[in-house]
Amino acid sequence: MTSHPTTGPSPDFSSERGEKPAPERADVLGGDFGSFDDHRPPAQELLDDCVHCGFCLPTCPTYALWGEEMDSPRGRIYLMEMAEKGEIPLEGAFTTHIDRCLGCMACVTACPSGVQYDRLLEATRPQIERHVPRSRADRLFREAIFALFPYKRRLRAASIGGALYQKLRPKSMDKVMAKLPSRLAAMESLLPPVRVREAFARIPARTPAIGPRRGRVGLLTGCVQDVFFHPVNEATVRVLAAEGWDVIAPREQTCCGALGLHAGREPEAVERAKKLIATFERAEVDTIATNVAGCGSSMKEYGELLADDPAWAERAQAFAAKVRDISEVVDETLADPRARRHPIEATVVYHDACHLGHAQKIRSEPRRVLRAIPGVELVELPEAELCCGSAGIYNMLQPEAAGDLGRRKAGNIRGTGADVLVTANPGCLLQIRKYLEGELPMLHPIQLVDASIRGVRPPEMG
Amino acid sequence: MLDAAMVREFTDLLSENGVITDEVGLRSYECDGLTGFRQVPALVVLPRDAQEVAGAVRLCAKYGMPFVARGAGTGLSGGAMPVADGVVISLQKLRRILEIDVENRRAVLEPGVYNLEISKAAAPYGLYYAPDPSSQQVCTIGGNVAENSGGAHCLKYGFTTNHVLEMEVVLADGSVVTLGGPTGEQAGPDLRGLFIGSEGTLGVCTKVTVRLLQTPETVRTVLADFPSIEAAGDTVGDIVDAAIVPAAVEMMDSLAMEASEAATGAGLTVDSPAALIIELDGPGDEVEAEFEHLTAICERHGATRLHVPTEAEERQKVWKGRKAAFAAVGRISPDYIVQDGVVPRTRLAEVLTRIAEMGRDADLRVANVFHAGDGNLHPLVLYSEAAGEHDAAEKLSTDIAELCVELGGSLSGEHGIGTDKACSMPAMFSEDDLGVMHRVRLAFDPDSRCNPGKLFPTPRLCGERPGKYAPHPLEEAGVIERL
Ligand SMILES: Cc1cc2nc3c(=O)[nH]c(=O)nc-3n(C[C@H](O)[C@H](O)[C@H](O)COP(=O)(O)OP(=O)(O)OC[C@H]3O[C@@H](n4cnc5c(N)ncnc54)[C@H](O)[C@@H]3O)c2cc1C
Ligand code: SF4
Ligand code: SF4
Repeated sequence: MTSHPTTGPSPDFSSERGEKPAPERADVLGGDFGSFDDHRPPAQELLDDCVHCGFCLPTCPTYALWGEEMDSPRGRIYLMEMAEKGEIPLEGAFTTHIDRCLGCMACVTACPSGVQYDRLLEATRPQIERHVPRSRADRLFREAIFALFPYKRRLRAASIGGALYQKLRPKSMDKVMAKLPSRLAAMESLLPPVRVREAFARIPARTPAIGPRRGRVGLLTGCVQDVFFHPVNEATVRVLAAEGWDVIAPREQTCCGALGLHAGREPEAVERAKKLIATFERAEVDTIATNVAGCGSSMKEYGELLADDPAWAERAQAFAAKVRDISEVVDETLADPRARRHPIEATVVYHDACHLGHAQKIRSEPRRVLRAIPGVELVELPEAELCCGSAGIYNMLQPEAAGDLGRRKAGNIRGTGADVLVTANPGCLLQIRKYLEGELPMLHPIQLVDASIRGVRPPEMG
Repeated sequence: MLDAAMVREFTDLLSENGVITDEVGLRSYECDGLTGFRQVPALVVLPRDAQEVAGAVRLCAKYGMPFVARGAGTGLSGGAMPVADGVVISLQKLRRILEIDVENRRAVLEPGVYNLEISKAAAPYGLYYAPDPSSQQVCTIGGNVAENSGGAHCLKYGFTTNHVLEMEVVLADGSVVTLGGPTGEQAGPDLRGLFIGSEGTLGVCTKVTVRLLQTPETVRTVLADFPSIEAAGDTVGDIVDAAIVPAAVEMMDSLAMEASEAATGAGLTVDSPAALIIELDGPGDEVEAEFEHLTAICERHGATRLHVPTEAEERQKVWKGRKAAFAAVGRISPDYIVQDGVVPRTRLAEVLTRIAEMGRDADLRVANVFHAGDGNLHPLVLYSEAAGEHDAAEKLSTDIAELCVELGGSLSGEHGIGTDKACSMPAMFSEDDLGVMHRVRLAFDPDSRCNPGKLFPTPRLCGERPGKYAPHPLEEAGVIERL
């Protein structure tokens, strides 16, 4: 039996990981887990749940684009089954089709049989990362992404004046990068220029509640969110405080690991999860709020991520149980609101971020929060279930597919004739912004709530 | 081995992206919604428009390849299962709605359009497409035409065949013909009617014109629980005797409700032995008057709960509970077989009692979801492949279908014969009947290259009774490969 090396560690993680040896493949020739190794392979029972009915096909973005069975949820599950039986290797077609999955979880929403594709995918991706060697160009590109995005300091440096990749790429990558024009262009065009003041602004470590206290909320400030969408964090803090929460934003907090987790970089995600859990334990908060859909969905999964680690399993569960999306927190206060809402006369279209709607099943909360603003008329989006193509780092790894989906989403948004688009994920905002080309102001829902409470015009809406 | 020249010709016609030749891709097409039957095709092609479909069919003719049209692959009778050494022609890139003709209440569609999309596109004009299979969110109009699919509302409005006016069809030699006409009134034999329900054995449909109906002014729905299946069955009889024509009358038993409620939270009473979902539609006054009469009938038969959703949203939830039922059964059983048979409505209670007995004898659970109004049953035989129950389940399921014929009904209501029931056809048709059907088919497709092996019993298929796919010992040892 040969041991398969994991893909190279990201530059900054060499010191933090590595105790846990890479699991070995059980038995390549049809052992218990077929082509998977024995470290948390996709469970047979979960695969068996799929009855091949096809109800998940229409809202799967890759199926909507190409109509090919092996790029549908039903097809991908079928492929996992074949790999699980050892009938096909992980390398090659299997990896291609799993790589093309956006992880949007529209299939989980659509499935009447309760197939947990989220868990299947989360079990499958690390197997690929462990056993399938990436091409050099692909590997370096992935490393570059993971050496940048989870680090606020680097993101800040990169954000000033654009031309991001020129500042960050290691020298050795010059030639490789030159060969990857579409991916690079995708990466660069996604990141908006940011005002220096905003990029370096910090959320206060503690903001006291206004009026009688409801409790203590810890706020995840996020990486991309804090650098590129700092005003969203500021609005979040103001709304929470106005609604009676003490807001704690620990200075030492680091990335939640969502991007890595969703890309199958399990060891990295595990380390980040532990760090964040410890940070928020020290903060002694009742609730941990996030205004980033992707972070929320991964933090709610910490319990499962660390289930096999006796030292952490319980702590992870306790942490996950406290995590709430900001719309959940505000929605709970609607029965007894503290802060008066001023009218905002606007037709608002709300885009369900996949990691909120599909992954966390949070759809009605943000809508209720928005409807609680007098004057707001909420309109629904055609093809609302369909991903906008952002999907974590997908739009950088698979730019063509992401572009087709981005244009399709933009077209649907345009068709509603709304005055403003709101959505609760920075990835979606960046992606949609690219295809709407400034036609419409775009905000996080909490920014509308904040403007309503303060009685000011929402930002960008003139 | 695949002929490289042939593959090149397909690629020239359809582009690199339109031809699948790699083993992993091909295997993902090896079955449809009935996974017990599998066959890896030699080639899968994805044309982008009707011309490319015709071109692909011509290439199949040139190289003597059999082919199978495939929509969404939700069929439950193995109709879209590939044939050995054959080509699968997927219609999933032909998804455009070509026209909504509001004035004449018609829609012109490419075959890959999802059934539900038609009603969505027509909704702004106050129109909809009536046939509503439970799989309507995903099944295609081309598949509906091939299977003559029905749904809950077909009781009042009829099946696919009552709503399709005209079709463009590519025949096995690649020629393109139009069947039917835009008004539905045609001189001569009804070739349109012949094609509908022919399960892909006469040609590939590339364009469909359907009739749209006006959205009814009023819709009233009741979800009624009953103390027994018999009480629910008698209620259906009385409703029909009272000359009420509901848009839909659906029945579910407790097992089906348990599964569906877990999936949808639609508000079904899981411990009730039976429930009916009855819907009336039409002009306001008429519906209100009939609705009162209807609920009185339910009460007379001891209905234990009458839930009348008032909001459209609530009504949709009840329907979701019904429509997700099949697929949701996956939650209460690792494997299941959906059966589809018809009995005269008057014999509903009798057939259900017999099915329950047969289930007990076979030691298998059977859940029932069905279109009670027209006697179309969908018994779901639950089993565990892992526990080695497959053969017993398969036998029970077949026995149930043949029981329907024995009681004066039919082998299939709407899911088709496909691969699954081809061998049961002689239970329903004489040799002469089958001979005539076969000659008709040869008139369209003299070489039998169009979905061969489906619908009609063949010695090869029925000599060795088909079962769930099991790898041959030589395959397991890696000595042979099944292609
Ligand atoms: C959960 C579930 C519920 C269902 N409920 C219902 C129901 O309520 N009522 C009902 O009637 N059916 C139902 N079905 C069965 C199925 O959805 C229908 O038979 C449907 O019409 C199949 O459409 P499809 O696009 O999936 O066709 P496929 O499964 O891909 O193909 C079915 C047959 O049609 C042929 N075909 C497909 N497209 C074409 C074309 N363009 N030209 C010629 N032949 C073609 C194929 O060769 C095959 O023989 C259900 C299925 C599932 C999984
Ligand atoms: S997660 Fe999204 S892209 Fe992936 S299979 Fe499911 S629906 Fe398709
Ligand atoms: S909807 Fe669920 S059960 Fe049906 S094919 Fe998709 S994943 Fe499988």
